[in-house]
Amino acid sequence: MRDGDAIRIDIYRWIVSGNFSVSIGILIDRLSSVMLIVVTSISSLVFIYSIGYMHGDKGYARFFSYLSLFVFSMLMLVLADNFLLLYFGWEAVGLCSYLLIGFWFEKKSAADAGKKAFIVNRFGDFGFGLGVILIFLTFGSLEYMKVFSGAGAALGQTVNIFGHEVDTITLICLLLFCGAMGKSAQVPLHVWLPDAMEGPTPVSALIHAATMVTAGVYLVARCNPLFSLSSTAMTTVAVVGGTTAVFAATIGLVQNDIKRVIAYSTVSQLGYMFLALGVGAYSAGIFHLYTHAYFKALLFLGSGSVIHAMNNEMNMQKMGGLKKYMPVTYATFMIASLSISGIPGLAGFFSKDEILWRAYLAGEGSGRILWMLATAAAFMTAFYSFRLIFLTFHGSFRGSAEQEHHLHESPAVMTVPLMILAVGALAAGWVGIPPLLLEHGDRIGEFLAPVLGHPAGEGLHSEEMMVMGVSVLVSLAGILAAVIFYIKKRDLPERTASAFKPVYTMLYNKYWADELYEKILVSPVLRMSDKVFLGFFDGRLIEGIVNGIPSFIGSFSRGLRKMQTGLISSYAFMMAAGMLIILGMFFFF
Amino acid sequence: MFETINMKILLPELILICTGLAVILLDLVLRKKETVAFIGVAGALLSAYYNFSLMSLGWSGAVFQNMFVLDGYSSFFKLIFYISLIITIFISLNYIKTERVSSGEYYSLLLFSASGMMIMAGAADFMVLYLGIELMSLSLYILAGIMRERRTSNEAAIKYFFLGAFSSAFLLFGISLTYGLTGTTSIIEVAEALNRLGPAGRNITLIAVIFFVTAFGFKVALVPFHMWAPDVYEGAPTSVTAFMSTGPKAAAFAVMGRVLFYAFGALQLQWSAIIEPLSIVTIAVGSILALSQTNIKRMLAYSAIAHAGYASIGFLPGTQEAFAAMINYLMIYIIVNLGAFAVVVIMRREGIMGEELSDYSGLAKKNPLVAFLMLIFMFSLTGIPPLAGFIGKFYIFMGAVEAGYTKLVIAAVIFSAVSAFFYLRVVVYMYMKEAAEPSVLIVPHSVKLVLAFTSIMAILLGIFPSVLLDFARASLLG
Repeated sequence: MRDGDAIRIDIYRWIVSGNFSVSIGILIDRLSSVMLIVVTSISSLVFIYSIGYMHGDKGYARFFSYLSLFVFSMLMLVLADNFLLLYFGWEAVGLCSYLLIGFWFEKKSAADAGKKAFIVNRFGDFGFGLGVILIFLTFGSLEYMKVFSGAGAALGQTVNIFGHEVDTITLICLLLFCGAMGKSAQVPLHVWLPDAMEGPTPVSALIHAATMVTAGVYLVARCNPLFSLSSTAMTTVAVVGGTTAVFAATIGLVQNDIKRVIAYSTVSQLGYMFLALGVGAYSAGIFHLYTHAYFKALLFLGSGSVIHAMNNEMNMQKMGGLKKYMPVTYATFMIASLSISGIPGLAGFFSKDEILWRAYLAGEGSGRILWMLATAAAFMTAFYSFRLIFLTFHGSFRGSAEQEHHLHESPAVMTVPLMILAVGALAAGWVGIPPLLLEHGDRIGEFLAPVLGHPAGEGLHSEEMMVMGVSVLVSLAGILAAVIFYIKKRDLPERTASAFKPVYTMLYNKYWADELYEKILVSPVLRMSDKVFLGFFDGRLIEGIVNGIPSFIGSFSRGLRKMQTGLISSYAFMMAAGMLIILGMFFFF
Repeated sequence: MFETINMKILLPELILICTGLAVILLDLVLRKKETVAFIGVAGALLSAYYNFSLMSLGWSGAVFQNMFVLDGYSSFFKLIFYISLIITIFISLNYIKTERVSSGEYYSLLLFSASGMMIMAGAADFMVLYLGIELMSLSLYILAGIMRERRTSNEAAIKYFFLGAFSSAFLLFGISLTYGLTGTTSIIEVAEALNRLGPAGRNITLIAVIFFVTAFGFKVALVPFHMWAPDVYEGAPTSVTAFMSTGPKAAAFAVMGRVLFYAFGALQLQWSAIIEPLSIVTIAVGSILALSQTNIKRMLAYSAIAHAGYASIGFLPGTQEAFAAMINYLMIYIIVNLGAFAVVVIMRREGIMGEELSDYSGLAKKNPLVAFLMLIFMFSLTGIPPLAGFIGKFYIFMGAVEAGYTKLVIAAVIFSAVSAFFYLRVVVYMYMKEAAEPSVLIVPHSVKLVLAFTSIMAILLGIFPSVLLDFARASLLG
């Protein structure tokens, strides 16, 4: 592993037929080993935490079996050495997320959220599936090695779609990216992720930090030899990432549900990762994925601890002052928030700084815009993170007396994973210190270089200092703003909200994305399915076919059955007739 | 002058026949009737042991002036017969007590029938082949009618017997035509003679081939020679149906392959052209008629017909690879089918026939494990990955597609989808309907063993398909 060698093990070939073969093979290289660290470390902590969190739930065994299947699927996805096995893991992850988000299926909102996650992912997966098929058609194989080594030769090939010649590699990349957008909740397929918190909180932590949403980032990073060949695809990835980062962060500013804030924060951070991938800084994207996993899992498990103590209350406006009741949760939450805000020295700072710097380097025009978007998002990240802290842990308690009486720190089985994650949130970034600050500090970048390559572009030290300085200032400004709004002048949030009423409403309603989809997608589809499909297609055509064919086949079948008279003579006649027909076929036609 | 008869090669058959004779005699003296069944199993295992140790020692070869051979081809099929025989004995233990069938005759007939199949698989001469077919069939005629008190069983036996005799006439006619043309009944010599003759006498040969296909088509139940199958399968005791739909079917495929490939290899294009329409019509009729059945034995009879159609697609390309896919398919089919029949057998209890689909209502609540295993068998018969049935179909279809039979395969896949309807209907009854009566299901240990074996194979052969397929390929070579 140290010298960048990859271990490829063909466990066995499932189907071999002609030049088509399906093998169950695993590939462990430097990229998948980083992913393995993330997936296994986060999920083991989540497992431990769940022992406490799910204690007493009647679906205890079911929960752990789903959770194990979830992690298994994610490991398959990460370890696969071909696109088919990757697809298997991909779909299995989707299925498990459906099962886990809708874990409390008696609750309608949970069942709906499960369905939503599944259906939204179908959109992306459809593209992904097509991408895989196109890869097979283009390269004649689904193995990474053959595909990536053949990528250069396929450059310049085109596919004809409705009369337009489209570059094959670009098309493949865009189709794969479709799948990545679905899994990693990028705009416009982000709507499922915030709803995914309907599942038990440990599941949210797992989905948001380790197992599901990182799949899209991993896919793009894994396919970097393809993406690097298509500037169109790269630009798309960067723009979608940058847009998502800002878009989701703005929504996060005004949400009141503790998990919803963190959920939008995840969407925003995933945007960062795609931004990095889009500008060719694959290792920076994976680095951020790695550090993000720790602080985001910590944030979710911490919020789970809060919710546990608050007896399933999730509205931050009804919390406050929890600091003194839950010191461990508070301290670890604080570390995670500082880390995600990008305070120097903590994990989030290093990875975020690397992304900002790479975005800055990406070009005079577009690179600067991406950089500014990312910096704006960094400000908002710091603001909403500390808004969450102040509303939840500071001030006075705003909930009911009964809830206050019930407040307590969570048991050790829950707090110990928090503390371990806090160490990660603190120190995980130390493997990627920019060379500017420490010679040979960017160890993770060097480690990943054999798989992901070195990002292009060199900048001046002064520029790098500037980018870093701005990022730190912006983070501090965000925290300061949160202090002013939620500690010093408690009436300011309301005044601001009423002053910018339309903006506030828009953000509070998440740009009406759900409503928009409801209007333009769901309800027309429902109406169409009700009237056109159910009424015409289903009522007449499909019912006609579904009932017609069976009734035709049924009557045909009954007709044929009549030939089954039960009489030996007629059976013998059929045999002889059949033989004569065959004879006739040969000698008279 | 005189060939020293190498009796070793005959040992597997001889052991099985002697066991059959021993079973009849011992049944008269032994008090405990299960004992004879276990003697039967022991005989089958001993026979299998000798067969495969002879093979592994490299003592394969021919006896009786090349009339009978022991080779990889026959050994693969014999493995199918052993599995079919042993599983049938296991599922019969309790069943024939419920049906009050006398055990001595029953088990010995099963053993004789299996010996007949082994002779068929090893036949290298038309006369031996005919002998084997008759030994197998005569035993089956009696087995089908062994429930003497029941009219349907008698009816099944009579029908099977008359029509079987009719099909034998075709077979003999085919043999005599071939003999008239080539002057020999040896399969290898027929092939040599046909090569020598060249195009001369092709029409006579073709007629002979058509007679052969008719006779074998009857045995494997290809449409339109299938008419006997549903009536006989329904009327016969369930355990005998399980046996008939597996072992004898495979035996008929064995001789069909031997005759078509080895004797009439020169006419491959012609016999492919005969089997092509037969296979698709068989799949269509089997699948469509299965839809309107309410009796599960009858449904499985039509399913067996459809599967014979799928398997016969393996003949079409005329290549070794496709043929390997076919025998692979047969092995998978018989294992899964025996599993399904094991469930059907335990549904028969004192006072309950358990043959109607409605008898399966609510089985998932009553006995979740049995219901789940039945679900595996039904899924596998449908051909849903990653179960074994999928693998079987996949390789058959893949071979046909590579040989250019794309349209045929598309039609076959469509009917495969149709077949999902009646297989999954069983699942719907088990899982989504309420039980009509609260009677309990007792699963005897012997059947548990069968269910465990068949379900594990249905899963393992789906996940590790190359093990069986490589074995099938190797068998065809040696």
